[in-house]
Amino acid sequence: MNVPALAGAGHAGLPIAGVATPGVAADYALRADGLRKNYGSTVAVDGISFGVRAGEIVGLLGPNGAGKTTTINMVLGVLQPSAGDIRIEGVELARHRSRALAHTNFTAVYAALPGNLTVYQNLRFFSLLYDVPAGVSRIEQLLDEFDLRRLRNTRSGVLSSGEQTRLALAKAMVNEPRLLLLDEPTASLDPSAADLIRSRIRAMAVRTDCGILWTSHNMYEVEEICDRVLFLSRGRILLEGDPRSLPHAHGASSLEELFIRLAREPLGSAPAAAAAPAPKRDAPGAAP
Amino acid sequence: MNLRPIAAIALRQFYLLRSSPTRVLPMIAWVAIDIILWGFISRYLNTVASTGVNFISSLLGAVLFWDFFTRVMQGVTMAFFEDVWSRNFINVFATPLLISEYLTGLVLTGIATSLVGLIVMLVLATWLFGLPFFSLGVLLLPFLLVLFLFGIALGVLASAMVLRLGPASEWLVWPIPALLSPFVGVFYPLSTLPAWMRAVGHLLPPSYVFENMRSVVGGHGYSGSGLLTGIALALLDILLAAWLFTSIYRYAVRSGLLARYAAESVS
Repeated sequence: MNVPALAGAGHAGLPIAGVATPGVAADYALRADGLRKNYGSTVAVDGISFGVRAGEIVGLLGPNGAGKTTTINMVLGVLQPSAGDIRIEGVELARHRSRALAHTNFTAVYAALPGNLTVYQNLRFFSLLYDVPAGVSRIEQLLDEFDLRRLRNTRSGVLSSGEQTRLALAKAMVNEPRLLLLDEPTASLDPSAADLIRSRIRAMAVRTDCGILWTSHNMYEVEEICDRVLFLSRGRILLEGDPRSLPHAHGASSLEELFIRLAREPLGSAPAAAAAPAPKRDAPGAAP
Repeated sequence: MNLRPIAAIALRQFYLLRSSPTRVLPMIAWVAIDIILWGFISRYLNTVASTGVNFISSLLGAVLFWDFFTRVMQGVTMAFFEDVWSRNFINVFATPLLISEYLTGLVLTGIATSLVGLIVMLVLATWLFGLPFFSLGVLLLPFLLVLFLFGIALGVLASAMVLRLGPASEWLVWPIPALLSPFVGVFYPLSTLPAWMRAVGHLLPPSYVFENMRSVVGGHGYSGSGLLTGIALALLDILLAAWLFTSIYRYAVRSGLLARYAAESVS
């Protein structure tokens, strides 16, 4: 399969200026440029560039080991890139870590909240960590918004998967982030609960104009919720675009089929994507 | 530094202590057992020895000071271990929290929990064995300050070690006070030690507390310069420990250790 060059492996020519670039940069909740992570001779993420606009939900797709979680960890500041630049709301993460992360939050299946704290205690703990000024009233609001009030004094370790996901999302919203990173947020949920969670997140993105970077292996979910997807394989972005039109544009009947074909494609047989990134409609930095 | 993130670390520990007798009991039980055991030993020695030394003051007093130091150190490390046990590092360090704020939060927790232990020890030692603790007067302040500062330094150092070596290295933390005790002369003067152990002892701040305590109890006054040296060494140790923790944290972020920190999974 020949994959057309749609995405930014390598530098996509993002205009990087001072801490906060007026105009173009201000529209982006997240911009990553030339992001790379090596572990010795192993390249986990290979110089990728992408952006997430305010109010946009971007799906980060790829097979296991593609570099999705590594990318998210770098954006969260818990993993230092070997090279490249990350800006959150125009603030450079490497130089102004606290200021950049004040606008960010996340949920991830591998980062459960402390199970020995109650729902309220967890939210209080994280509201203080994120330095939320009116933390107590914000928590009361979140308890209602995520239907957690009756579980307020329940230890989070004994909550069901759905309840834990709602709590994790409430925690992720405690500081009203401008950038939200969701690493498989519906992974352990039944279809009904997952649908409810997706609806809430979609409504939240619209209401708060928050940019969301979403990883998932559920292609139905991705088609439903994401405005744009990035296909990552072996640390490179192979493809980027609208999840609803991409499959047809590349001769696949569904996003899942396209995913499978891309995941099994040897990277060497898609040289165009890696070697010659071309300007494209959805490219970060391109005119909206 | 910002107050809210610091308060978060301390508040989390308060929440855990409030709801968990298994966390509160060791804060009280071990120090109580130590005071009772050493209280009776001291009382017995007073009846059989004719040296003129009051063992309640010298021996039980030393146990109380040493246990206080141990509690400070463990207060800091226990708060850190809560993040290790709940695998909470990504949640905590993906926030705007600064390392200095995190360490300050651990120290506040150490202060609170060690004060609980100190009060329990004082009540038991005074009430059961008549320890004239407050007869040391204002000297108590520098004594407790040196032990407190050094306890913080060792707590931060132990936390840095576990961050670097992984959760399985936790067992290395608990024997640290026992390893140090022969060098600092908790129960005997430094002059008892061979030269090389004495040299090590002079580098450890608690040795200045115990030397001065024995001197005061024996009616020989105290050495102001010795206490100042102890305070200066303890402050230096805190700076070194904070530097080491920060360096290891940076290494953990650079190498991916922090992101994949889980039991038995780190090298």
